[in-house]
Amino acid sequence: MSVILEARGLAKRFGERPAIEDVSFELHAGEVLAVVGESGSGKTTLLNCVSGRLRPDAGTVRFMTRHEGLKELYADLSEAERRFLARTDWGYVHQRPEEGLRMNVSAGANVGERLMALGERHYGRIRTAATDWLSRVEMDPERIDDSPRTFSGGMRQRLQIARNLVTDPRLVFMDEPTSGLDVSVQARLLDLLRSLTRALGLAAIVVTHDLAVARLLAQRMLVMKGGRIVEQGLTDQVLDDPQHPYTQLLVSSVLQP
Amino acid sequence: MYVAVKGGERAIRNSHELLAEVRRGDPAVPELSLEQIKQQLKLAVDRVMTEGSLYDPDLAALALKQAAGDAVEAIFLVRAFRATLPRLGYTEPLDTSRMRLWRRVSATFKDLPGGQVLGPTYDYTQRLLDFSLLEPASKAAAPEDERAADAMPRVVDLLDGEGLVERHEPPAGDPDPLDLTREPLRFPAERSVRLQNLARADEGFLLAMGYSTQRGYAHTHPFAGEIRHGAAEVEVIPEELGFPVVIGEVALTECQMVNQFAGSKTEPPQFTRGYGLAFGHCERKSMAMALVDRALRATELGEEVESPAQMQEFVLSHSDSLEASGFVQHLKLPHYVDFQAELELVRKMRRSA
Amino acid sequence: MRDERFNFAFLDERSKRMIRRALLKAIAIPGYQVPFGSREMPLPYGWGTGGIQVTASVIGPNDVLKVIDQGADDTVNAVNIRRFFQRTTGVAVTERAPEATLIQTRHRIPETPLHERQIIVYQVPVPEPLQRLEPREAETRRMHGLAEYGLMHVKLYEDIARYGHIATTYDYPVMVNGRYLTAPSPIPKFDNPKMNMNPALQLFGAGREKRIYAIPPYTRVESLAFEDHPFEVQRWDAACALCGSRESFLDEVVTDDRGGRLFMCSDTDYCAGRQAAKAAAA
Repeated sequence: MSVILEARGLAKRFGERPAIEDVSFELHAGEVLAVVGESGSGKTTLLNCVSGRLRPDAGTVRFMTRHEGLKELYADLSEAERRFLARTDWGYVHQRPEEGLRMNVSAGANVGERLMALGERHYGRIRTAATDWLSRVEMDPERIDDSPRTFSGGMRQRLQIARNLVTDPRLVFMDEPTSGLDVSVQARLLDLLRSLTRALGLAAIVVTHDLAVARLLAQRMLVMKGGRIVEQGLTDQVLDDPQHPYTQLLVSSVLQP
Repeated sequence: MYVAVKGGERAIRNSHELLAEVRRGDPAVPELSLEQIKQQLKLAVDRVMTEGSLYDPDLAALALKQAAGDAVEAIFLVRAFRATLPRLGYTEPLDTSRMRLWRRVSATFKDLPGGQVLGPTYDYTQRLLDFSLLEPASKAAAPEDERAADAMPRVVDLLDGEGLVERHEPPAGDPDPLDLTREPLRFPAERSVRLQNLARADEGFLLAMGYSTQRGYAHTHPFAGEIRHGAAEVEVIPEELGFPVVIGEVALTECQMVNQFAGSKTEPPQFTRGYGLAFGHCERKSMAMALVDRALRATELGEEVESPAQMQEFVLSHSDSLEASGFVQHLKLPHYVDFQAELELVRKMRRSA
Repeated sequence: MRDERFNFAFLDERSKRMIRRALLKAIAIPGYQVPFGSREMPLPYGWGTGGIQVTASVIGPNDVLKVIDQGADDTVNAVNIRRFFQRTTGVAVTERAPEATLIQTRHRIPETPLHERQIIVYQVPVPEPLQRLEPREAETRRMHGLAEYGLMHVKLYEDIARYGHIATTYDYPVMVNGRYLTAPSPIPKFDNPKMNMNPALQLFGAGREKRIYAIPPYTRVESLAFEDHPFEVQRWDAACALCGSRESFLDEVVTDDRGGRLFMCSDTDYCAGRQAAKAAAA
């Protein structure tokens, strides 16, 4: 499989404190990679660096563009080009859906925004796409004109996912996509995410502190501690036979299925 | 048949005549002289000079007379006049540590070099109407030695000796600050620009903003390090001479707030500062300005920007009384066309509903 | 006529030069908002100070000036501004649109088509078309820089989803020369089509917000819309009660306290011209 994203030697510090240090990994097209670790381990900083939202102090992030080969996000692309990628070929699912949605416009407008930003100027086609995507994330299309404020947390998260996927991105970044939700709602959302990533052949980087999320969604995983990767490999292998003491501690602290 | 009203010209002329009549009031009552306004409504004159950003007590008094005592209108008149004056040059920075002081108080030290000088203040008056003022008063005289004090060090400079207060070194090369009377405000605005804006800002607006920082909308833990009121010399360097020459004196009120600061990743714990400066005797204004100046430094000091007083676009874009008063009152202008368009829309929507 | 105590057109020559430089930049980048060092004028902000500064910077002794507010020459604000320029320049003034070389306007474009030898100066209260959607200037500047205007369409989408049509009736946003999203000032959307490929130079001044922008002659100006919800202007069931026009923007006039209404042209010069022509023909 071909590489879609490649990070080499990433480092970022805030003041004196290093948030991540010497982080390298590859992500293949259609692959889901989980980044696990406790809070403060640098997961979110890493996600921000590889998604073009935070310039690292050192290292490179290269993305396989559709037509122009591998491009380094910060050296080869302008801010305009990064923002363009972010609203076309990429998605970003925030932990709190309120941060990824426009709460003061309807569900339909939320889903349609990216299409309009790309120049779609046909109201009917935008409605059709929005309706289609609401059903694909298992929401009632009748609610297309409702405000996200009237939606439950799980519904808001589905809406945020639909809003991201409407432009057929190849890569989606997710920051703790299920952690704000009730357990039963979490399970259904994880199910949806798994079937969507498989059906669409999406590559994804999922930051989570929850090993169950990693097991369910990801083919491969990285374990982070103190800003460094301490272990990486196939998800089942890492979880069933952890090598690093920290990973062993993480795995043993969760009830085994 | 209704015919559109012609005669805007006549209406305006009549309005001007009425205005002049109302401003003058009963002609049997003697007319106010500028000298009376300057002497007896001095604080109003000071405010007009400060927010009008023109140090000219005569013009400020004239503006107050023309505006029938409406401070915001008088400030507008002074600013519009000021806009027609060419900028001939810039003075040297004022040295407020060499001010001749009429008043100087510090809330942070009980006693200090130079001492506390209460001076003329309403602070410790009982706010009871003084009916003796109903009659023309006899001469009011104060003891001679209470009138003015010599220059004394600034309180903040005393703390500075210990390194407990942040220092503000001019940036490398000491670049000229942007001149807000010549250049538009752009965001993000640096501190020198913000201070210019606050110095011209409406006193009521600044007061409310400063007050909000004391009620939980931005915690800055202020102490009034020093408030000083007095006269400072103004110097210019004429090109042909090349050294500073004193061209006069201006009355000023300066406030230095000292704020608690826990320190950050790059700064040790120390006191930070907020600064306020006004022409004449404008203590309320300069204190509020210092509070808001400090609140606006949130980003620089690594504080979370959460409250209106910390948001520079919010504060600086709404602080000018000319802009605010003009735009609020422009709602008096006819909006027939827009209203007509909206009327048609509402009707259309009601028909289709 | 001219009051010699003031400089010609009030502003000093240095300020005028500064404004003319901003105007040249604005003309070079159609629709782009150029920041300028707006001066305090002797009229209040929000009452036309931007337009007045632009007019003061381009007016010459041979100009013929027309000033309108809501389409009319005789509303008090138009009268006041016209008097200001008569007092400070002594130029000839007119109410006839085709005779004017310089037209300062608030909220309307004349019904009579403009020609190449004219400049029209708009008074602009809010130059930033995105301000109601995004109040932070640093953010809107970035959106203009990157031509990211999806947010504006989201607003129009919401209108259609909620009301079945776009519910903006004035200050209806336009795209200038295919690049910059621009506020046409609070003219009714009825006037928007007049901006497109107009032979006159269109200048916009926002005094309080300290911005100048321009639409050079013969520039493309499109009103935002969707393909299946095209831009439409207002139409009236009535004709002007004075001149009978069915083509012009009509003001509604309340004639009594029993619900009596009639409609008449908002453009008083256009209306008067038609009435005179009718009288001459009769």
